[in-house]
Amino acid sequence: MPELNVQAETQERDRHSHHHGHDHHEKAVKRSWKDSNFYGVMQRFAKNKVSVVGLIIIILLVLTAIFAEQIAPYNYRRIDPAHANQLPSAAHWFGTDAQGRDIFSRIVFGARYSLSIGVIASLVGTLLGILFGALAGFFGGWVETVILRICDIIQSIPNILLCICVSQVFGSGFFATAMALSVYSIPGTTRLLRATMMSVREQEFVEAAKAIDCSPMRIMFKHILPNCMAPLIVSFSMAIGMKIMSSAGLSFLGLGIQEPIPEWGAMISAGRRYLRVAPHLVIFPGLFVALVVLSFNLVGDGLRDALDPKLRK
Amino acid sequence: MAKLIELKHLKKYFPTSKGALHAVDDVTFDIEEGTTMGVVGESGCGKSTLGRTIIHLHESTDGQIFYRGKDITQVSKSEMSELRHKMQIIFQDPNSSLNPRMTVEDTIREPMKLSKRFSRAEIDDRVNELMHRVGIDRRMRQAYPHELDGGRRQRVGIARALAMDPEFIVCDEPVSALDVSIQAQILNLLQDLQRDHHLTYMFVTHDMSVVRHLSDNICVMYLGQVVEICEAKEIFRRPLHPYTQVLLSAIPSTDLNDQRERIITKGELSSPINPKPGCRFAARCAYACEKCMQPQQLAEVEPGHHVACCRIHELNQ
Ligand SMILES: Nc1ncnc2c1ncn2[C@@H]1O[C@H](COP(=O)(O)OP(=O)(O)O)[C@@H](O)[C@H]1O
Ligand SMILES: [Mg+2]
Repeated sequence: MPELNVQAETQERDRHSHHHGHDHHEKAVKRSWKDSNFYGVMQRFAKNKVSVVGLIIIILLVLTAIFAEQIAPYNYRRIDPAHANQLPSAAHWFGTDAQGRDIFSRIVFGARYSLSIGVIASLVGTLLGILFGALAGFFGGWVETVILRICDIIQSIPNILLCICVSQVFGSGFFATAMALSVYSIPGTTRLLRATMMSVREQEFVEAAKAIDCSPMRIMFKHILPNCMAPLIVSFSMAIGMKIMSSAGLSFLGLGIQEPIPEWGAMISAGRRYLRVAPHLVIFPGLFVALVVLSFNLVGDGLRDALDPKLRK
Repeated sequence: MAKLIELKHLKKYFPTSKGALHAVDDVTFDIEEGTTMGVVGESGCGKSTLGRTIIHLHESTDGQIFYRGKDITQVSKSEMSELRHKMQIIFQDPNSSLNPRMTVEDTIREPMKLSKRFSRAEIDDRVNELMHRVGIDRRMRQAYPHELDGGRRQRVGIARALAMDPEFIVCDEPVSALDVSIQAQILNLLQDLQRDHHLTYMFVTHDMSVVRHLSDNICVMYLGQVVEICEAKEIFRRPLHPYTQVLLSAIPSTDLNDQRERIITKGELSSPINPKPGCRFAARCAYACEKCMQPQQLAEVEPGHHVACCRIHELNQ
């Protein structure tokens, strides 16, 4: 057998830069773990320093959420009217709120709520979007038309208004809010998947699958869908930040998660009455919302470039 | 020799917003068992569509397809499965012809797994055998397409096509996307496979020089229609249709004494959407006249040499 044709490999790679050339050809061939793309994706992601910073921030926030009990210096529920609305100090890093609760401790615990609501809402929205997108792509015809028209209708309603309507139906608990937040990203994901499927379907391996007598089902699940995942992963990670922001917005409007739960949006909402006398009540949770949204967007950007350079804007 | 494939007035029209696109328009020819039919023509003339229509990846609009004398234009689902095993295709673009998420091994295994004709152990043996046959190292069985160069990807595509022991393979420009150095290897492989497995090929290409040594017969297409068809040697010795002459003049010559001049065509490729009835090449043909506005018939000008040109006798005296 001829050895690996390094020159041809290089030429091929140059010509088709989107087929992530691999310097570790030998290693990759012997590798036993399943998803070979994963390694390459991580390598390319690591080259994007800004996205790596975003990822580090997210990891720190997740760790904060997990180890909230250990990190928070105070009980986040402990009311202490004697020390209400204190400015940041050595004892209370971010100051205290109107009931004298330690804001830093509340933000640490709030990470649990804000992050999980972002992830859950984004996950539900993405999964439902995949379901509808796949249905539209698989059946085509009137099924597709109906699904797309429903998407049109949902997308014509402003996001926040839609959230308000849905949360009126589901109530204002944690999961109800997550559901309300997930709804508005369903149409976008549906369309994204359908468009991706249309372009994947053009590729010759789908015809090859037909030629070897694959059933339409198998073509869909084995050949088309697995190759549509990259843009969905990107939109999923971007959506997390957006959901956290919307959740804060809902809380602020008095609809989503409410006091005394230390969700960041709820904290902003509670603090807005004291904006003049104690702006730090709003500033600190606001900073964290901004930080987490920014981080997820950076990671989403990095993933987009790493997963498929073709997607680069 | 027996005829493996017979096409009778085969048509494939694609509906478009501007009207019917005549991708394949009234194609009639036979392919004999164990031979190679080279199909040449510039890109967009319907070569791929013809190949895909024959093996039922596209539904034909009109006309008939016979396989070993049996009309297969309309088939039931179970007949279809059987046909799929006998007729296979090798694709042009090695970057898109393999599923990026499947390993070499899985890609080759899939057709056999689906057919239920082989046991697990048999499939494993056959995968090894096929990989060896097309020249892919065993170490590559777990590799993904992006880890292979273009030539190897094409070999995997060939192994997949061979997996079901087909009799007829449409080779849709299998070397057009490859480096010249690799082209020859793949062409040799295809020839060896034909000899060893008694395969029948329809070899599609836009490059005359590629089919020269490979084809028994050559069919020249222009905008969905066959303009000339005859034995390969004959077409290179004595091209009759003005379009074939243009195609042949475009092959770079290796003979320094060759005094041929490249024929430059005027005009542009006309649209395949609702084309006018006359000769489709007339707009670019140096010899076009009044008569060329009439529909052209493929006629046997010399024994075994069919040409669709009404001025053929005047021009080739
Ligand atoms: N699925 C399709 N739908 C509509 N038009 C098509 C489709 N496939 C091919 N065509 C059109 O049919 C014509 C012939 O295409 P093709 O068979 O790919 O040509 P070739 O292989 O000779 O380059 C082209 O004009 C092309 O645009
Ligand atoms: Mg083609």
